[in-house]
Amino acid sequence: MENMKIILKDIPDLHKIEVYESNGGYSALEKALKKMTPDEVINEVKTSNLRGRGGACFYTGLKWTFMPKETPKPKYLCCNGDESEPGSFKDREIFEKNPHQFIEGTLLACYAMGIKAAYVYIRGEYYKWINLLQNAIDDAYKKGYIGKNILGSEFSTDIYIHRGAGAYICGEESALMNSVEGKRGYPRVKPPFPAAYGLWGNPTTINNIETLSNIPEIIKNGGQWFSKIGEPKHPGTLLFGVSGHVNKPGVYELETGTPLMTIINDYCGGVTDGKEIKMVIPGGSSMPPLTKEEALTIKMDDASLKAIGSAIGTAGVMVMNEEADIVKVLLRISKFYYHESCGQCTPCREGTGWMMRVLKRIDEGKGRMSDLDLLIEVAQNIEGNTICALGDAAAWPVKWTIKKFRKEFEAKIPEVEEKSVPLNKVHSLRYS
Amino acid sequence: MEFFNEIELKKIDEIKSHYPESKAALLPVLWMVQEKYGWISEDSMKKVGDLLNIPYEHILGVVTFYTMYNKKPVGKIHLQICTNVSCMLRGGYELFKYVSDKLGIKNKEVTADGMFSVEEVECLGSCATAPMLQVNNQNFYENLSQEKVDKLIDSLHSEQKVNNT
Ligand SMILES: Cc1cc2nc3c(=O)[nH]c(=O)nc-3n(C[C@H](O)[C@H](O)[C@H](O)COP(=O)(O)O)c2cc1C
Ligand code: FES
Repeated sequence: MENMKIILKDIPDLHKIEVYESNGGYSALEKALKKMTPDEVINEVKTSNLRGRGGACFYTGLKWTFMPKETPKPKYLCCNGDESEPGSFKDREIFEKNPHQFIEGTLLACYAMGIKAAYVYIRGEYYKWINLLQNAIDDAYKKGYIGKNILGSEFSTDIYIHRGAGAYICGEESALMNSVEGKRGYPRVKPPFPAAYGLWGNPTTINNIETLSNIPEIIKNGGQWFSKIGEPKHPGTLLFGVSGHVNKPGVYELETGTPLMTIINDYCGGVTDGKEIKMVIPGGSSMPPLTKEEALTIKMDDASLKAIGSAIGTAGVMVMNEEADIVKVLLRISKFYYHESCGQCTPCREGTGWMMRVLKRIDEGKGRMSDLDLLIEVAQNIEGNTICALGDAAAWPVKWTIKKFRKEFEAKIPEVEEKSVPLNKVHSLRYS
Repeated sequence: MEFFNEIELKKIDEIKSHYPESKAALLPVLWMVQEKYGWISEDSMKKVGDLLNIPYEHILGVVTFYTMYNKKPVGKIHLQICTNVSCMLRGGYELFKYVSDKLGIKNKEVTADGMFSVEEVECLGSCATAPMLQVNNQNFYENLSQEKVDKLIDSLHSEQKVNNT
């Protein structure tokens, strides 16, 4: 099957600036600067119906219109390469294989919104990819694509990398801005939204790396062209990062709406050892999991997944075969959110630890039947009750894995339940 | 040894120029401290505070928030092993146990000679090449097996010995 590639094109050495240029690279920037007004760029992105690839699927063009046009304040762009949601490893692929398309997309976004500085926030663990991107940025500066009077125009902008230091929460846009400002990565209460009050109190837009990498092709080929690729309501391609029990895990760029089983069987070489699927997490560890029956028929796009109560998230697909221990998987996921809760909101700080401890006792064969409803109740009390969506991210997997795989949990609960359980120790790991 | 030399101070000025406020240079400067000294001591935090004109209390808050900043010394070779779901499904915990047992240390401990330390870490964005580990917050080593990790530990060890002579 011939498949459309917008970002991870099959061109050898595309990461080199000369190769990128000779394949039409930076021509979208030139086109925009010479022939388009900033508003025309925004309109093209609106027409494309491009939606954010960072997890929330928000319309990119619409987001850009939230930025004030006439303002004496400096405006900023934050490019979100924190990529810390377990099961997600796609932005790293862009830094390695096609960094200039991301840079060009960032420049187009800056031109469209009148931005003078972009900060690329990259998780601290991506040391290698930070260096790769920095090399690409240096090359682009030398060629006059970044900096003062780009390509001889009036437009000037700078791009800086800001290295994170190990905190999943800094992927949340307002925590990210605090981290750029040199603070703890605490999410901010919204409103005010970043377009009104972002970095240092100035208008700011936050976009994911993959989102921005789509922009050059949209400007080159038109928004109409893009809007017709894949599922009309969620057009384009997605970089599916597939991991777990498949024969060929990796990143596959495929159109939205590609059936999950096509990805698993045709691209990833099927489930390991010819086993059956038990569970699939479709979009990073916070997304509600799919049962085997759901996995067999689901198409991978926003609307299809929402219709069965899940979501596309980061398109990080985690596959678990019939032998996977679902209780252990959920315990590990819960441990992650407990570790990563920033500790500001009580429901999240205490609830994540509580869920983890109850799951641990179930896994150790010391649980009780009532624990299952207790877990769902705790999850529901976190959901929607926190400043940022980390709370939801922690609650959804617990709630939905227990709802969909209840038997797996029941099987670990002893017939004679232990009456005494250890006291709940309440504290957040981040401060230990 | 000076805390930061002439070249490093120039680099810090350059970093400061990226931001409208020098406070924003804190994370990058803390990275420089850790890369030079291996960890971030109370004394280092105070020096950074003087340099960037930031109260020590703020810096302490930042250093303790971010897990990659070492609050105490780690081994010369710090092995960071991912045990999150995708790695767990492909032997992340077994790898962690194997390495810890081999070195005779537990999570976040350092060997008596100060050479090695291990740490169980969260997903490193390398899920398709699991199990894997990162060394000293830098290079990734992926698709590991016991044999591969034995070789890796040997080669890192001999590199260190060469560097020290
Ligand atoms: C806890 C948490 C972690 C997040 N991590 C990331 C991340 O690593 N990368 C990312 O692009 N978006 C992440 N997001 C979403 C961002 O807040 C934001 O919506 C996104 O970067 C916007 O970009 P987009 O519109 O291009 O998708 C996270 C959100 C939450 C609540
Ligand atoms: S789960 Fe180990 S790198 Fe992602």
